[in-house]
Amino acid sequence: MLRHFTVRREALLAMLGLAVAWQVASLFFPAYLFPPLQAIAAALVKIFTSWHLVGEAAATALRILAGLAGAFALGVAFAVAMAKSPKVHDYLFPILHFNQGIPALSWVVISIIWFKTTEFRIWFIMVVTTLPAFAFQVLDAYRSISKDIHEMALSFRPSRYDMFRTVVLPTVVPGILTAWKVNLGNASRVVVVAELVGATAGVGYQLLQMQQLFDLAGALAWTLVLVLFVLATQQVLSAIETHVLRYRAQSERGL
Amino acid sequence: MPEPIIRFEDVSKRFADKDGRELPGYAVQGLSFEIAAGELIAVVGRTGCGKSTMFNLLTGLLEPTAGAVRVYGRDPFRDFDWFRGKVAVVFQSDRLLPWRSAVHNVAYGLELNKVGEHERLRIACEWLERLGLKGYEDTYPHALSGGMRQRVSIARAFAVNAEILLCDEPFSSLDELTGAKLRAEFVRLVRENRKTSIFITHSIDEALALGERILVFRPPAYIALQVRPSEAATDAERAAMKDAILAAMTAGSADPVAA
Ligand SMILES: Nc1ncnc2c1ncn2[C@@H]1O[C@H](COP(=O)(O)OP(=O)(O)OP(=O)(O)O)[C@@H](O)[C@H]1O
Ligand SMILES: [Mg+2]
Repeated sequence: MLRHFTVRREALLAMLGLAVAWQVASLFFPAYLFPPLQAIAAALVKIFTSWHLVGEAAATALRILAGLAGAFALGVAFAVAMAKSPKVHDYLFPILHFNQGIPALSWVVISIIWFKTTEFRIWFIMVVTTLPAFAFQVLDAYRSISKDIHEMALSFRPSRYDMFRTVVLPTVVPGILTAWKVNLGNASRVVVVAELVGATAGVGYQLLQMQQLFDLAGALAWTLVLVLFVLATQQVLSAIETHVLRYRAQSERGL
Repeated sequence: MPEPIIRFEDVSKRFADKDGRELPGYAVQGLSFEIAAGELIAVVGRTGCGKSTMFNLLTGLLEPTAGAVRVYGRDPFRDFDWFRGKVAVVFQSDRLLPWRSAVHNVAYGLELNKVGEHERLRIACEWLERLGLKGYEDTYPHALSGGMRQRVSIARAFAVNAEILLCDEPFSSLDELTGAKLRAEFVRLVRENRKTSIFITHSIDEALALGERILVFRPPAYIALQVRPSEAATDAERAAMKDAILAAMTAGSADPVAA
């Protein structure tokens, strides 16, 4: 409890320091370089008081979640195939690994040339960029199933479904939650790039508008919206994680 | 002697590496024995001689490389599902599910056997109480001591009320007093519930105290000697039996224990 609190306080202090430094800089530089905090706040208020703009932020959030859901579904399928068959693993692994090296921007170009619909382009980019990490993380989680526990369960001769429900699922869930948290961060960085493929709404689109208007306060406000969405979602995932892992022993002294 | 219900016929096991190539050397070689219903058998042998492998063959987790394992006349590896509820194992380590409380760990086998929730929790609580763990029903494994965890795992095996009970050195990690107490409790439970059971141990004394018949294994798991402790009436005879077991366990190996 106490540790958590100190960490939170330090995080707040750090953010506060950053804000103060920014505000000081705004006193010495022109507003288009360092817009003062009240300008950023005003831009934020503008976003949150307009249904239309909130809708755009929501569109981006949905794109992130849809992309992650697609990547997760495929990642689980790939991971299970790799875990079950060493052959599949040996072929799929280098492809996924290679894929990890392709920059998001390359996928944007490929996706624009391949597909027509904007939403599908974005979804494709989101899926293809977050898929490898998901596949590897789910595979790791699957492999962390203890052989001893598996054999113990087998000795009772469970059905496949019971084995999945009572051994596989409880073992992999923590790893899967972590994978979601990590990929959420990645996806939020990719989504703004993906939205450059012709989206007419969304955080990426708005950022582009702000750049053309030379409106840094607006750009920062939109960035904050995205960051806040990611942090809030990660908090939710962390809360689920804490609930799911409540059986675990707590060391009195941290690592 | 009544009809044997467990029968090993010239069973051998060689492990394979992950590419399917057989490793050199056998873990079990030419193992043959029979066990009748209701017998309490102790198996002694030194570490690495293939005792746990024999159990895995018997429970159908491993397929023999050669020979046949028969339990109730069936092959436990091929007829795997047929044995549901018929065999229970207490493993060398407790192997509790860390995400389940003690009572849900004990109820685990019953749950897989489709016993209703109310009934299985009632049975699990009973077993916990019998093993001195009343009050710890809702405790998670990480908050139990090693001995308590081992007792939970014993309760889990007894709770399913299987006809065959296999125990792989469950008391070796406990202190002597607790070990002795649990061993006595175990024998009482086996007798009371009329189980056919095999008990693996490193300790000759434990084997003599427990077994109606002792199988002495020598690597790669074959039977070097069989004795019945009840046939040693006097202290001198018991001492001689102990010496014979020790000699059978260690014969052929040049090490300080044998000397
Ligand atoms: N999965 C496996 N793969 C390869 N070799 C194995 C495997 N399991 C056991 N062995 C080998 O088989 C032999 C017998 O092992 P086993 O675990 O049956 O011994 P044990 O008699 O139970 O020993 P202990 O008393 O220490 O538990 C050992 O040489 C071991 O290295
Ligand atoms: Mg063993």
